[in-house]
Amino acid sequence: MTIQSCVTIINEWDIVAARQLGRNVAKELGFGTVDQARITTAISELARNIYLYAGKGQICIDKLYENGKPGVKISAIDSGPGISDIRQVMEDGFSTSGGLGAGLPGVKRLMDQFAIESIPGDGTQIIATKWLR
Amino acid sequence: MNKLIFKFIETHKLDILDEWIRTTKEAADDRVLRVVSDQVFNSTSREFVDLVISNLNGSKDDYNSRLNEFSEKVVRLGWPLTFVSRGLHTFGVIVLDRMEQSGVITEENQRNLFREFSEWMQPMNNEIIDIYSATWEKTVSLQKIALQELSAPLIPVFERITVMPLVGTIDTERAKQIMENLLKGAVKHRSEVVLIDITGVPVVDTMVAHHIIQAADAVRLIGAKCMLCGIRPEIAQTIVSLGIDLNQFTTKNSLQKGIEAALELTNRKIVNVEVAK
Repeated sequence: MTIQSCVTIINEWDIVAARQLGRNVAKELGFGTVDQARITTAISELARNIYLYAGKGQICIDKLYENGKPGVKISAIDSGPGISDIRQVMEDGFSTSGGLGAGLPGVKRLMDQFAIESIPGDGTQIIATKWLR
Repeated sequence: MNKLIFKFIETHKLDILDEWIRTTKEAADDRVLRVVSDQVFNSTSREFVDLVISNLNGSKDDYNSRLNEFSEKVVRLGWPLTFVSRGLHTFGVIVLDRMEQSGVITEENQRNLFREFSEWMQPMNNEIIDIYSATWEKTVSLQKIALQELSAPLIPVFERITVMPLVGTIDTERAKQIMENLLKGAVKHRSEVVLIDITGVPVVDTMVAHHIIQAADAVRLIGAKCMLCGIRPEIAQTIVSLGIDLNQFTTKNSLQKGIEAALELTNRKIVNVEVAK
């Protein structure tokens, strides 16, 4: 069973909207403040990547139930330039925009499951999940 | 030709008004009806139709000031723009329907009549949209100024110690202001220690951290020391998970601790004084 809602990311304020949505969903599912902060931070990173690199995309927040255990699934989908070397972007400290380069590896550490798919020239899809313990 | 339309509207004014109020009310959603009472709705509608008619015979100046007044009133009442513009459209449809029914429109004059009619309605529509958007633009620019005012204040708390409390979301625009105010203020107040308090920042992601690190680096360059206060436990955990390196500066979990440490750095401390009885 999944319940989904999405936010389209076009400008910087949409990042705040996506984050707010994620926080509300996490709160509803009963995540504690630490996990809420983890989830919102992960959404913030993914949404900012869309804003910075793809220009336009979507963040979708799903409520998941697996074996009665609830979880939050974040999907970040864009049709931007894509990532040619995924191994490289998953390394700490790699950034093409002069940032800290902790975004994607950070999201992986913040969440329980993390999957990234990207086709250069076609877009990127990142799915990250956090389960309620 | 214009006279024809005008005379028709003038004579059938009440009927048109009745029908218009009826149709508009049916079309109005809850949002409109919730904010206005029946009485206000009816009187405003009457004013609206009067206004539309005065466009036909009144002088241009008179009409413009009335249109302004009316639009401001509608904005104040909180009527959605679509509702007002649809209302104008409905009015046109009613008038044309009635004119057709009563045979004022004939085969020969219909082309001209339609054209004149739309030429008469269009400026009204544009004017209303103009006034609406001007009101919004004004609100947005005022809020932007208000937001800027509270965006990055620097407060001197003790000699050589200043605090910058940050509240709310930090975007690129604000990050720039933080940096500017921090450096300008630190020089102006001759600060030795600058405390950045992030108790009120909801999310610290890599972008926010990056900006804070840059600001702290810049503060160090001008000869002051930067301290980060108000790191909540959950923020501390996410910073660790993200792998952000904050080793460069002292961090404290509350502003109080930060100020104590800052006083210590500047060789001072707060002591209790004994009050003589």
